[in-house]
Amino acid sequence: MSGENSFEPRIIGFLCRWCSYQGADLAGTSRRHYPSNMVPVRVMCSGRVDPTFVLKAIADGADGVLICGCHPGDCHYQSGNFNAMRRYPLLMKALEQFGIEKERVRLEWISASESEKFALVVKEMTETVRRLGPLEWNRRVFQKGQRKT
Amino acid sequence: MITLTINDRRLQVQEGTTVLQAAKSAGIQIPTLCYHEALAPYGACRMCLVEIVAGGRLGLSASCAYPAQEGLVVRTDSSRVFKARRMVAELLLARCPNVPEIQELAQEMGIERPRFHIEDERCTLCGLCVRTCEEIAGVSAINFIQRGTEREVTTPFAVPSEACIACGACALVCPTGAIVIDGAEEIKHRELRLGPAKAIHVPFLQAVPKAPLIDPEQCIHFRTGKCGVCERFCLSNAIDYEMEDEEVEIEVGAIILATGFELFDCSRVAQYGYGRLPNVISGLEFERMCNAGGPTGGKVLREEGRPPESVAIFHCVGSRDENYNEYCSRVCCMYSLKFAHLVREKTGSKVYEFYIDMRAFGKGYEEFYKRLLMEDVIFIRGKGAEVTDVAETPEEQGKLIVKCEDTLLGIVRRIPVDMVILSAGLEPRRDAAEVARLFSVNRSKDGFFLERHPKLAPVETASDGVFVAGACQGPKDIPDSVAQGAAAAAGALALIDLGKVEIEPITALIDEAICSGCKICIGLCPYTAIEFVSRDTTGVAQVNEALCKGCGICVAACPAGAATQRGYTTQQIYGEMEGALRAGAGG
Repeated sequence: MSGENSFEPRIIGFLCRWCSYQGADLAGTSRRHYPSNMVPVRVMCSGRVDPTFVLKAIADGADGVLICGCHPGDCHYQSGNFNAMRRYPLLMKALEQFGIEKERVRLEWISASESEKFALVVKEMTETVRRLGPLEWNRRVFQKGQRKT
Repeated sequence: MITLTINDRRLQVQEGTTVLQAAKSAGIQIPTLCYHEALAPYGACRMCLVEIVAGGRLGLSASCAYPAQEGLVVRTDSSRVFKARRMVAELLLARCPNVPEIQELAQEMGIERPRFHIEDERCTLCGLCVRTCEEIAGVSAINFIQRGTEREVTTPFAVPSEACIACGACALVCPTGAIVIDGAEEIKHRELRLGPAKAIHVPFLQAVPKAPLIDPEQCIHFRTGKCGVCERFCLSNAIDYEMEDEEVEIEVGAIILATGFELFDCSRVAQYGYGRLPNVISGLEFERMCNAGGPTGGKVLREEGRPPESVAIFHCVGSRDENYNEYCSRVCCMYSLKFAHLVREKTGSKVYEFYIDMRAFGKGYEEFYKRLLMEDVIFIRGKGAEVTDVAETPEEQGKLIVKCEDTLLGIVRRIPVDMVILSAGLEPRRDAAEVARLFSVNRSKDGFFLERHPKLAPVETASDGVFVAGACQGPKDIPDSVAQGAAAAAGALALIDLGKVEIEPITALIDEAICSGCKICIGLCPYTAIEFVSRDTTGVAQVNEALCKGCGICVAACPAGAATQRGYTTQQIYGEMEGALRAGAGG
């Protein structure tokens, strides 16, 4: 294996506890296959995802970040996912200014029953990020040796 | 109390009683025709004539209208009474010779042929309908017109009356069936669609509590202010017109969702002709037909009232079909087999079952399937493709033709039948989405409520204290629903028995030393769990932990970083991410 194809991206996935994490759980119990590149971080609600979490993940060496919440109107906390929805465009703007491709950060609504969609999103996301290549944000921004990963 | 004598028997009766009622209470029979206990006495038919001695004079009087008086002497069995009654019956028979009720009455009196000119009327002019319309319905839409031999009951000017509320009370009360409500005789198949019930009825046979209720839109009392017959005759005084719907707030510690299913609407499968072709009926309508108390009295009949000679039963209508629902509805195979058995038992007609796969999954089910194979039911493996009434051959004339592919023979067949039963699948209730939102319950892809875990928590949901039972969680037969219901009840009882509720340990916390009192979090909190509290110079936000559900929205929004979330602090999430990235997910 050589070149881009051998690159295995590292993706952090923020999954809300009630819908998306359940969906991921169902994907597991349903024996659905999806790439292991995404590491799930469970949060109570997609509204808990502070935009700095995404920046921190990128700073720590993630090549992509996935944020998943309940479908609009289905939030366990009534309106939490609307906060995520409002923050996302602002975060995109910030990423653009940092020179980070916006495909690296994705917001998706996945309900507890959508294990198929979950597997598909993870697969797509992994392939997208793989195509974009390593982000190496810390090396690009902090120069060599300034900060250890 | 009044004392009177009837046929030499001394009787004591309440004031206001009529002679007829007094005689009845003593077990003395007096024939009546125009008398009805819900109506005021009228004395029209003269069937109830008795001999009464009052004030020393002897005379014949209608007992239904004669009030009982102190010292009254009454005879119901004198030859004069019998003679008079016989004359009345003879005259009635001459007027209505073809009415069974009158024939019976005349026969009892020993009359075979009246001596008078014979007519052919149904109406005896007893006036029950006229009085019912006035006293009970309170609309007076019908009355007598003309006098003497021209007398008849009709609406004003004999045109349909605007005053008529179509309550049907006149037809109900008519002793000879002279009044017919238009359209009421056309029952059979149309009735199967579970039409309107009576104004006072038990909602369904298995209703709990099994008590009748009054439908105010149908009830004559609510429409015209009259009637009140049920209140007058209810022995337990249980009728209360003042009762109204009310909303009652009940505090509970656990909720069981058992909202059931919705039957698939067969008319969505246009090629089966349901609602378009006669004699294409749904499974539920067939069930109605088989019910001894149903519109056909338990007989399997075609629309025109003839039993079918061949019946087709379609499995998987709206189930296992990507155009409608992908899932299997579980119950249809078995109830279709039951239908086949019922059709064979009730009519002996030929039965064709069109199935994709036979799913006889439960205890004793496979054995039942085998038994039906022995009962000469014809099983055709192939989904019914179309039902049409366009005949191509003489033997198809007047029949419904089922087109299908027989996958075991590998040919396309046309089978003429007399009736098609569509075994409709089960669907989520149409308001399942609203109910799910109300109780913070998830729904699976097919729209049914989602259990917490398919194997380990099949009755719990993602919301603590909310359980699911029965077909609202997925298609299910009765034994499975009962089992799940019992499990949900046990789960709810376990919660109630604890006597206390464990709330989520994950709550938000605001560090007062850092909080600048900007109030951003207060507006964002969906549970109004954050209050603004005054402090020395300014104020700070404070979380009410009993109200906080721990979503962490405020934590993410706090510009000062004063808010944290127990169990999900920013440091913990950072740590988790660092660990994940250091461990080297992927490359």
